[in-house]
Amino acid sequence: MKKLLTLAVAAFAFAAVSTGADAEMNNVRIGTEGAYPPFNSIDENGNLVGFDIDIANALCEAAGFDCEFVVQDWDGIIDGLNTNKYDAIIASMSITDKRKEVVDFTAKYYNTPAKFIAVKGGSFDFADGTGLDGVKVGVQGATIHEDFVRKVWPYAEVVTYATQDEANADLASGRVDLVMADSVALDFGFLQTDAGACCEFAGPDYNDPVIHGEGAGIAVRKNEPELLDALNAALKQILSDGTYKAINDKYFPYNVYGEDLPAM
Amino acid sequence: MGDLGEFCRLYGNVPVDQFRGYGWVFCSGVLITLLVGVACIPVVIVLGLLGAWAKLSHNRLARSVGMTYTTIVRGVPELVLILLTYYGITLVLQNVLSAIAGRQVIVDINPFLAGVMTLGLIYGAFATEVFRGAYLAVDRGQIEAAKAYGMNKETAFLRVIMPQMLRFALPGLGNVWMVLIKATSLMSVIQLEELMRMSDIAARAVRMPFTFYFAASILYLTITIISIWALHRGESWANRGVRRA
Amino acid sequence: MGLDAIYDNLDKFAAGLWLTMQLTLISSAIGLALAVPIALGRLSSNPFVKWPIFGYMFYFRGTPLLVQIFLIYYGSGQFVPALKAIGLWDGFFREAYFCALLTLTLNTAAYTAEILRGAILGVPHGEVEAAKAVGMSRVLRLRRVILPRAFRIALPAYTNEFVFLFQATSLVSVITLLDLTGIARDLIAETFRSMQIWIFTGALYCAISYFFFWLFRRLEWRWSGHLRPRPGMAPAKRKAAGAEPAETPAIVTR
Repeated sequence: MKKLLTLAVAAFAFAAVSTGADAEMNNVRIGTEGAYPPFNSIDENGNLVGFDIDIANALCEAAGFDCEFVVQDWDGIIDGLNTNKYDAIIASMSITDKRKEVVDFTAKYYNTPAKFIAVKGGSFDFADGTGLDGVKVGVQGATIHEDFVRKVWPYAEVVTYATQDEANADLASGRVDLVMADSVALDFGFLQTDAGACCEFAGPDYNDPVIHGEGAGIAVRKNEPELLDALNAALKQILSDGTYKAINDKYFPYNVYGEDLPAM
Repeated sequence: MGDLGEFCRLYGNVPVDQFRGYGWVFCSGVLITLLVGVACIPVVIVLGLLGAWAKLSHNRLARSVGMTYTTIVRGVPELVLILLTYYGITLVLQNVLSAIAGRQVIVDINPFLAGVMTLGLIYGAFATEVFRGAYLAVDRGQIEAAKAYGMNKETAFLRVIMPQMLRFALPGLGNVWMVLIKATSLMSVIQLEELMRMSDIAARAVRMPFTFYFAASILYLTITIISIWALHRGESWANRGVRRA
Repeated sequence: MGLDAIYDNLDKFAAGLWLTMQLTLISSAIGLALAVPIALGRLSSNPFVKWPIFGYMFYFRGTPLLVQIFLIYYGSGQFVPALKAIGLWDGFFREAYFCALLTLTLNTAAYTAEILRGAILGVPHGEVEAAKAVGMSRVLRLRRVILPRAFRIALPAYTNEFVFLFQATSLVSVITLLDLTGIARDLIAETFRSMQIWIFTGALYCAISYFFFWLFRRLEWRWSGHLRPRPGMAPAKRKAAGAEPAETPAIVTR
């Protein structure tokens, strides 16, 4: 009985509570999802890998921060930022007005269009407003893709998932007819993998400035100008000194920034 | 958690082809699950005893606090309680501490601690009922005899009531343990890397959900079987010397 | 205060609550109906009946509901060709609704069967012997004597199981279903008002849970009329017979 109690107390002490005074400028915790390949995912060694991770590391180096990553599920990711579980979100989060009400964003660090994918051989009516009548569209919940589909195709049946992987899995098994997400994430994170052999892109690119916003940015809490400025400055630096290009080329055969990179 | 992953990758890897290199997730998942369960034990017992004391107390305030506690836990689903506590407690703690300290205080509670606190809070209420029933089951005559011996209240409790209470409480506590271990799976929604979450990560990465979830369920069953056996032994030990009716 | 997030979306909460109630009532009804033959099978002396049923009950009671839900929903996605071949894909496993219903039903049937098993064993042996002596066949014995008595004995524990099922439906939000919890998570993602919405949702579950507890206590009161004092009894006998309805055990763990 005593041994069990000692073990229990030891296990309890295993957890740690840290109370920091102000947000340490040099020690920055970065929140990410870890379920959105190829931007952020967990490999078979349990490590966070992906475009977002590499960009985050490059930014930290350029700004002189010590960074550590915190994994957080997507639907609580902004909550986690505002409850100080981490100081910045680098998880392919799109800059939108609605989000700007609760967090601040840096400039974009990539901008790629959204697209549909479907099982090979299907055909759909993508007409704005009237199309996709009764068609089941899978999207990740709390994303611009969910908002976009609901706005443009009000007759479609939207099914929301906690992660992009789950939406893709249900497309492959036939539970939904279409999935909309970032075209690059769908391409490299699904279509080019074994499980994605079933499916292909369908329909055109979509890049609505209102809903899709300027692209993906880094979210920080409101009223933290030093962190925001430091990240923006670091971003400018890696965009112009070739680091960004190196990371881009490591993952993608084309430029994902959305426009030409600033001159070196 | 990284070290645990390292350890499991080296020693706990199940090199079955089906698992495509993710076989180690079961090792680290099970260990974290058990760690959470064991860490919850002191929290559950302390809260259970406190709650039972409150509910049995002559003090009206204590009684209503105890009742509110069990009422809320009994009425709200665990999933909702877990999400509420995980985001809510940090926010409340931060606001309170910041107000006291006058500057922004960051309270960073890692998922493990948050999970233990939440599960401890929820199952402490279950344990409250177990201890309350166990206390009421102790023969009044024992308490009278203790008084006759001149023991004061504390001694009577420690020497006479508590040991007998434990005997009656053990089956109920065992039940609480079994439910607790299964409830650790809900910790996956706050990103705690216990068995359910690890299986989830692996299942999504290699896209073989049935394989991983089924293996995870077998592991939960194994934990259940071992727990039942251990509780059986514990009950025999606790009931030694007691004549069977 | 941020309560407008709740006021503006009461219709969505109502829709979520409706789905929750559907899942609760349907799975508890089917689960209860299944639990009777399952419990009887568990008590059977035929090992070919007893052990598979024991296995089923052990599996569903020994593993977490969350794992069961994922297993059936995403797991079935791994076997689509096979399921299509036996015609169970379209119309059943394809729909999250039916997957959830199946999981909840199997789960509650296992727990209810265990409760019934204990209750059947708790039927006073004298009554069973009397039924045998009178010459009732096994089926008649079950129908007239054993099961009615067993249901009365099981009622307190079944109350807990029913309320637990009602609360457990919150887990179906993880497989895309928009029950009360699913709506809550959706709205939080949209409005960022997590504390207000969670407290409101929690309070709703709490209120409805206690409504069910009250309902079942009324049922218990109705069914225990023969145990309560009759008007015209002597006061002492009245008290001994128990003038108040018995208190349901506060929390009975599954």
